[in-house]
Amino acid sequence: MIFADAFAWLVDPANWSGSKGIPVRIGVHLLYCLGAVLGASAIAVPLGLFVGHTGRGGTFLVGGGNALRALPTLGLVTFLYLIAGGGTGPVLIALIVLAVPPILAGTYAGIQDVDRGVVDAARGMGMTSGQVLWRVELPNALPLLIGGLRNATLQVVATASVAAYVGIETLGRPLLDGLRVLDYGQFVGGAVLIALVAVALDLLLAGGQKAIVPRGLRLTGQPTGPKKGKRSQKLVATAAQPDSGGSTA
Amino acid sequence: MGDLGKYLSDAGTRGAIWRMLLEHVYLSLLPLVISVFLAVVLGWVCHRYGWFRGALLGTANIVYTVPSLALFAIIPAVIGTQVLDINNVVIALTVYTTALLTRPVSDALDAVPAHITAAATAMGFRPLRRFLTVELPLAVPVLFAGLRVGSVSNISLVSVGALIGTGGLGVLFTDGFRSRYLAPIIVGIVLTLLLALLVDGLLVALRQWLTPWNNLQGVKP
Repeated sequence: MIFADAFAWLVDPANWSGSKGIPVRIGVHLLYCLGAVLGASAIAVPLGLFVGHTGRGGTFLVGGGNALRALPTLGLVTFLYLIAGGGTGPVLIALIVLAVPPILAGTYAGIQDVDRGVVDAARGMGMTSGQVLWRVELPNALPLLIGGLRNATLQVVATASVAAYVGIETLGRPLLDGLRVLDYGQFVGGAVLIALVAVALDLLLAGGQKAIVPRGLRLTGQPTGPKKGKRSQKLVATAAQPDSGGSTA
Repeated sequence: MGDLGKYLSDAGTRGAIWRMLLEHVYLSLLPLVISVFLAVVLGWVCHRYGWFRGALLGTANIVYTVPSLALFAIIPAVIGTQVLDINNVVIALTVYTTALLTRPVSDALDAVPAHITAAATAMGFRPLRRFLTVELPLAVPVLFAGLRVGSVSNISLVSVGALIGTGGLGVLFTDGFRSRYLAPIIVGIVLTLLLALLVDGLLVALRQWLTPWNNLQGVKP
């Protein structure tokens, strides 16, 4: 049974120690992902805030994001790797390129989604443009923004596994090595490990999403009746879902 | 660029690329077609039986989180196919697309106004006919929004299959990487993007053909 072999590989202590052990690989994998998501956020969040706040260039942004979604991850990674002549830099750049669209889409959609009445009220109270952005639009945009970060993380976790192909020591390594030497236990064990890390990370971020969203936002909809509350939650969920469409790589 | 011209000037290479493209189309679009049927059935089940909804959509979310490379490797272990079987990719992508589509379909069915279904029932529509001719068509715009995302992501994901030995345009990436040759990689990326664009255009056209009432009102769904 392949799963028994996979389990044996997963629990073998020899695979859990040394520089090629599972913990090191998980660490490297997560470092790449963290670097990529941080790098992409530094680009995508300000850009999304600007475009969402001013309303300039929205169509262009959405179109461009959709086109990037179609980019084959393996193609991008190999392309950048060959152009740069190796190293970890090109892999990180590829991951950042793939993480930008979901974050951008989440930030932009979050700002766009803010009730115009709320924004008008803030302006009517005499808030400056900057105050409207930081104190009204941004907090209201947080659920979708973090949804975008979640999608980006999924995308990056998946692509970092694929990037093991060009020789970096991420979690894709055991899987690809297992296939090369026809060790199916290691092949499937590596796959299970990738899946577990991805699911655990997503659950963690889902928890973070719940904790970070301002209390005022969590309350909206609930007092007006259970049906409306459920609906607005659903809206957020479905709005976040299509982005994850291109995300798993 | 000169490199690219030289690479594409060989008729044998062009033939091979053409076959990879066809294979890519098959691998990415067959799952789309299968998952439309699955998602409509599962979406209906979620819509009709509320208690099923949480469990099914929760599972879909988790499955969707699993990276494709891992799913390509786990599927043969689960269903007992050969590790290098091309069907693994088809099944994995079907699973993804179904997971993606089920929630919007079920939400769209929930959103059909009660007076419309009541009117159809009053006109003598039996449940199955009512579902197929009234409720499902109203869900088409939402279904197609999901399908467009699914098609783009499938077309991009098929390439990953090249790592586990299935065909498609991804082979151009592994070939190019192995021989340190950029031309096939560029061709592969460009063809993937063009294919995604073309399929997206076709889906938009198909949606407009299927929902003529939206065009009449000039409302963008």
